[in-house]
Amino acid sequence: MGNTSVPQQPSRRRFLATASGLVAVGAVPAAARGESAQNLPPNIADWTKTLGEGVVSRPYGTPSAFEKHVVRRDVEWLTASRESSVSFTPLHDLDGIITPNGLCFERHHSGVAEIDPRDYRLMLHGLVERPLVFTLDDLKRFPRVNRVHFLECAANSGMEWRGAQLNGCQYTHGMVHCVEYTGVPLRYLLDEAGVKPAAKWVLAEGGDAAAMTRSIPLSKILDDCLVAYRMNGEMLRPENGYPARLVVPGWEGNMWVKWLRRLKVGDEPWETREETSKYTDLMADGKARRHTFVMDAKSVITSPSPQAPLKGKGFAVISGLAWSGRGKVRRVDVSLDGGRNWREAKIDGLVLDKACVRFYAEVDWSGEPMLLQSRAIDDTGYAQPTKAALRKVRGFNSIYHNNGIQTYSVRPDGEVENVEVS
Amino acid sequence: MSKSRNLAWAGALAVAAMVLGGVADAQAQSAPAATVGHDTAKHDTAKRFHIGRLATAQEIAGWDIDIRPDGEGAPPGHGSVKDGEEVYMAKCAACHGEFGESAGRWPQLAGGTGSLGSGDPVKTVGSYFGSASTVLDYVRRAMPFGDAQSLTNDELYAVVAYVFNLNDLVDDKFVLSKETLAKVKMPNAGGFYEDDRETAEKSFWTAAPCMRDCKAHVEITGRARIIDVTPDDKTVSKVE
Repeated sequence: MGNTSVPQQPSRRRFLATASGLVAVGAVPAAARGESAQNLPPNIADWTKTLGEGVVSRPYGTPSAFEKHVVRRDVEWLTASRESSVSFTPLHDLDGIITPNGLCFERHHSGVAEIDPRDYRLMLHGLVERPLVFTLDDLKRFPRVNRVHFLECAANSGMEWRGAQLNGCQYTHGMVHCVEYTGVPLRYLLDEAGVKPAAKWVLAEGGDAAAMTRSIPLSKILDDCLVAYRMNGEMLRPENGYPARLVVPGWEGNMWVKWLRRLKVGDEPWETREETSKYTDLMADGKARRHTFVMDAKSVITSPSPQAPLKGKGFAVISGLAWSGRGKVRRVDVSLDGGRNWREAKIDGLVLDKACVRFYAEVDWSGEPMLLQSRAIDDTGYAQPTKAALRKVRGFNSIYHNNGIQTYSVRPDGEVENVEVS
Repeated sequence: MSKSRNLAWAGALAVAAMVLGGVADAQAQSAPAATVGHDTAKHDTAKRFHIGRLATAQEIAGWDIDIRPDGEGAPPGHGSVKDGEEVYMAKCAACHGEFGESAGRWPQLAGGTGSLGSGDPVKTVGSYFGSASTVLDYVRRAMPFGDAQSLTNDELYAVVAYVFNLNDLVDDKFVLSKETLAKVKMPNAGGFYEDDRETAEKSFWTAAPCMRDCKAHVEITGRARIIDVTPDDKTVSKVE
């Protein structure tokens, strides 16, 4: 990284100002807040007196150096290696519905494939009239569409089946992101190849060192799946499947095959590892549900949350995300008392099919303890269940598809903890 | 934009409209009929953009590695349990353990029989996998970890035969091939059923859930802090 791009670290002047504690505003001493009195009124701030960097000093812009804490994080004990692992979106540091590309959670099975776009090929074969090979430029020539969709890993919140474990929505709910994809409707590609009448399933295979593979019903492929090459306007990031990935709206993230190299049309599912030994939901009786593709309605309060405590009494906005793989989020409710009473939250911004919505609830907080919950209801009438209701049907071992209502305990000092309630 | 490009664009839209319906229909209606030009829209060929090229048989053969439960796609070749032990010890045991018991946190391959309905289910080839082909397909595409698609067909069959043997699914003399794959009976083959959430969880479609006095009292029953397994937020991943 260029050394010109990083704003000055705390200057000597800042150090002197804070160390001597020149000013104290409010209850928290200025030094504790990291403020520098020299930059505060009535003084003239450093950046007001000197020229800043010129244009193109950051040809590809990066966030302010003061936002370095806003990063993906992983949980080291969770997996045996970082090549086959996950990192989590810092939901508590974000707002709105669109996830910045560099913060979208990662799930790789054999690390990130680094693909030279000139050597990228997508093969389409099987039960088709004409087996075809497409280059990336070929894919870009097709008519394209733009779609905003959430992508949630089926194992999001999977560590919480047996009780509250991880203290932060980044870790409990951060295997979700929501971006705008640009890509080719998959049915264009299939029409180009000519699908034979016996076709019922499509195998999607990645070009990574796991050749990650899933079977997807042809009906879903024809309905709304895309081969996407852009996210939020720019080309996909390597971590997210550059140069092309599958978009399977509303369905579990594992099916959104990254680094897509092959599509094979067939008449029955392949029963690959990822759709049998993984991504099947083990019930209490030892039997397992399979083909549980749809991600049910879910929501989580992102702020306040364990990593984003309340900063003081008085007016506060409770902010969160909600999504449903079955359609649009119709309503989100918020409870301050652990689910005894609920109020309807305000959804602000776009409400799109199989996309995240942003909700807010306003409170005048007197400092009394709160038990915060949120509950999403989608346009099929599905209401996000409690964890107890989920466990009653599924037991404790299913790992996947945990969309139960999350509870946060807010203490009088504003600290927040991931808890479970009766 | 040139006139010819306009024409091409309108034509593409008309095709898109035919294929997509919905939103694309509206776009097609806004395109003047005269600019659509050819009446190819009436024919099947109108669905095609003539982008891409035919894949050769040789290209397909190189990438077509999937193996289905009925054995379709299984390559020629064969491998014995005995030969598989050698491959396994050299290329697999470091992570999966000499007996498939797992070294560290890597996947356990054997054991776990009868555990699926317990409080501590252990999912292995023998206890959980529904199809023998799944193991063959997976090893062929993804193993050894970090050296994918390096095994010969005979090595592939041999090492998978050995994994089946570790699970007591085949005897010591077994030789695995496309022809013998069907002889491997998976104990949990009947352990799966189709997604039934829309019936088994019908009660979640409540539409109008309770808003007032939904329960008499609420108490905290579990806390993440007591478990204390959350990484320190200050610790930013060291791997860039």
